[in-house]
Amino acid sequence: MDLSYGAEYESFRAQLREFLAGWPLGGEEAALPLAEQERRFRNRGLERGYLCRHVPVEYGGSGQEPDPTKDIIIREEYAASGAPGDRLEQGAGMLVPTLLEWGSEEQKRLFVPPTLRGEIRWCQGYSEPGSGSDLASLQSRAVLQGAEWVLNGQKIWTSNADKADWMFGLFRTEPEAPKHAGISYLLVPMKQPGIVVRPLKQLTGSLEFNEVFFDDARTPADHIVGKRGEGWQVSRSTLKHERGLIGSPRLMRSLFDGLLDLARRTERAGRPALEDPRVRQRLAEIEGYVRSAETTSLRLLSARLKGEEHKVVLPMLMAKLFSTDVAQMVAKAAYELAGAEGLLAPPRAEAYYDESGTGPGWTHNFLATLGPAIAGGASNIQRNIIGERGLGLPRDLRSPR
Amino acid sequence: MDFGLSEEQELLQETVRGFVDRECPPSRLRELFDAGSGHDPGLWKGMAEMGLLGLGVPEAWGGAGLEVLDLALVAEVLGRGCVPGPFLGHALACQALVLGGSDAQRERWLPALASGGALGSVALAEDGERWDPEDWTLAPRRGRLHGSKLYGPCADVADLLVIGIRGGGLALVEKGAPGLRREPLNGVDRTRPLARIELAGTPCELLGADPGVAARVRDAGLVVLAADAFGVASRLVQMTVDYARVRQQFGTPLAQFQGVKHQLANMATAIEPTRGLFWYAAHALDHLPAEAPRAAAIAKAHITDRALETARAAVELHGGLGFTWECDVQIWLKRAMFDRAFLGMPERQRERSATLGGW
Repeated sequence: MDLSYGAEYESFRAQLREFLAGWPLGGEEAALPLAEQERRFRNRGLERGYLCRHVPVEYGGSGQEPDPTKDIIIREEYAASGAPGDRLEQGAGMLVPTLLEWGSEEQKRLFVPPTLRGEIRWCQGYSEPGSGSDLASLQSRAVLQGAEWVLNGQKIWTSNADKADWMFGLFRTEPEAPKHAGISYLLVPMKQPGIVVRPLKQLTGSLEFNEVFFDDARTPADHIVGKRGEGWQVSRSTLKHERGLIGSPRLMRSLFDGLLDLARRTERAGRPALEDPRVRQRLAEIEGYVRSAETTSLRLLSARLKGEEHKVVLPMLMAKLFSTDVAQMVAKAAYELAGAEGLLAPPRAEAYYDESGTGPGWTHNFLATLGPAIAGGASNIQRNIIGERGLGLPRDLRSPR
Repeated sequence: MDFGLSEEQELLQETVRGFVDRECPPSRLRELFDAGSGHDPGLWKGMAEMGLLGLGVPEAWGGAGLEVLDLALVAEVLGRGCVPGPFLGHALACQALVLGGSDAQRERWLPALASGGALGSVALAEDGERWDPEDWTLAPRRGRLHGSKLYGPCADVADLLVIGIRGGGLALVEKGAPGLRREPLNGVDRTRPLARIELAGTPCELLGADPGVAARVRDAGLVVLAADAFGVASRLVQMTVDYARVRQQFGTPLAQFQGVKHQLANMATAIEPTRGLFWYAAHALDHLPAEAPRAAAIAKAHITDRALETARAAVELHGGLGFTWECDVQIWLKRAMFDRAFLGMPERQRERSATLGGW
């Protein structure tokens, strides 16, 4: 066991810090619009090989050798500096790795570079009103007519569909085939007459969700990723990329530090809440969970570095359920510390976790943490996965595959 | 960066697991549990032959010269098998001598403790939840002890007792010393029986005056208990999974009901992510001393808490059978109760961790 990163990586970290000290931009560049400043700083990160490391140069990445330790250091340092780093939205985070694995040469050249530059925005068209956890039952249809797919149906809970230029989505193209084998993965332009987007307010009050209606919408025949009927496998590989993203060990810690800070600043009967034995007990108990999450991240990272991921299958399967539970626990404790301020509706909070926020800011955080426990496989689906794949329990009574 | 076990450490765990499966399978464990002695000389001899009794003792004194992490890894496997015996007290007595003994004391005791020639234990607690060095009131007068200590694990069979004294010091008392009386207590965990120690003018020998030694022994104890509880809880998950796969109700195995499956998934998810907690605390004791006391308190509080929850669910999922004496789940449940209470309950450890964190 050795928790240091070693001299080579520490010098890598030092160089990276020096580079990141250049944000925010200074001199004449400081007067540029923020978007332009961010674009410039991202380009510099790309040239240095800090960003889009896994994407080949010909598709707009920096094509670096795989190195999970550097990945972690980069993520930690960018997060600490607040500088614009790798885009984590659905396009760059989910579609790009999927296209690199399954896409045609033309699709990669057409879509990957502008997605990485943030010039094309994507939304993910998976869930439907009748197909949430049972995603493979989806009914939206695509029929090939000449050189085009013609799409009909409805998607729902689609984040950022109103702002997106394109959708990557799942559509039933082989109605005669068994459930999972009848689905294709299509890339669809959003700005067209056959698509209507209606906003759907989330319980936080934000307007990220949408409903998307397809009424003879169209997309070119070659905008299919993988073959006809392979859409399910293609989308699973997207999820694999998502699951492969191991949380930074420091992320959960900084969330907890925010809670601790809040308990120091909040007063109870004229004294800091942190002096209240009940608060101390509760926070110390939560810290047990937070440290479990932290040390588990370290374990997963080490296993990956040693190529021993087969030894950590169980904690990998648990990562989502566990981390969403712990994040909820932290946010709820903070919301409760805020006391009567918890009666007030949250302001429109842009930051997902507002560590500096008190009162209504933490109310927003509490509400916002309810979402990740549903998105990308709800907690009960995770429990099925842990039970069946992790503990070897039999499949329960569900429709056959 | 490597937060994982070495090949040697994995092999150590595998070897001990093989020994436990062979020498202390559930049938043998049940015999020992029902007999209630909690100490099987044959089993102890086998552990001595494997070198487990002097794990943390330097090679110069006949030990294996390993670290607290290795001790914790062995404790995990012993907890997993609910192996009865004096391992906990013996390991802590060794730690005390290694850290605080004079050369003469080490020479006298460590080779014997490491080889199994002598059995050690500790007597730390006093009435009123006085578990920690700063709480101890027993004070030697002219080299003799008058008073009592509580909850010495397997202390009634020990050749050497390491006793906590006022000011956070430690003292040695030998078997047969005048005025020493050991009364077995009716402990809940029959795999690790406890004794009350009465001292009536009993001669003792002080260990070195460094007050950090007792605290470090206590911290090592917290880590060993956390590791034991992790082993206990992981085994309870496995036992319950195995049972739910074969037990049929409503014409189908229990494990096919989502209510049961999700409960099992929750049990596993409460426990598996805590493995790194005791690894980290042990590693801190070995290499990051400033972090160690706090890490040990957090690991002990969190893991023993989760272990008891797991045990409760395990009893429940075994149904009517789970509430019987005959069902083995109770043996592990009671081991978890010991791990939770010994050296102080989670609430106490959490308050300590809060204070240590400057809260």
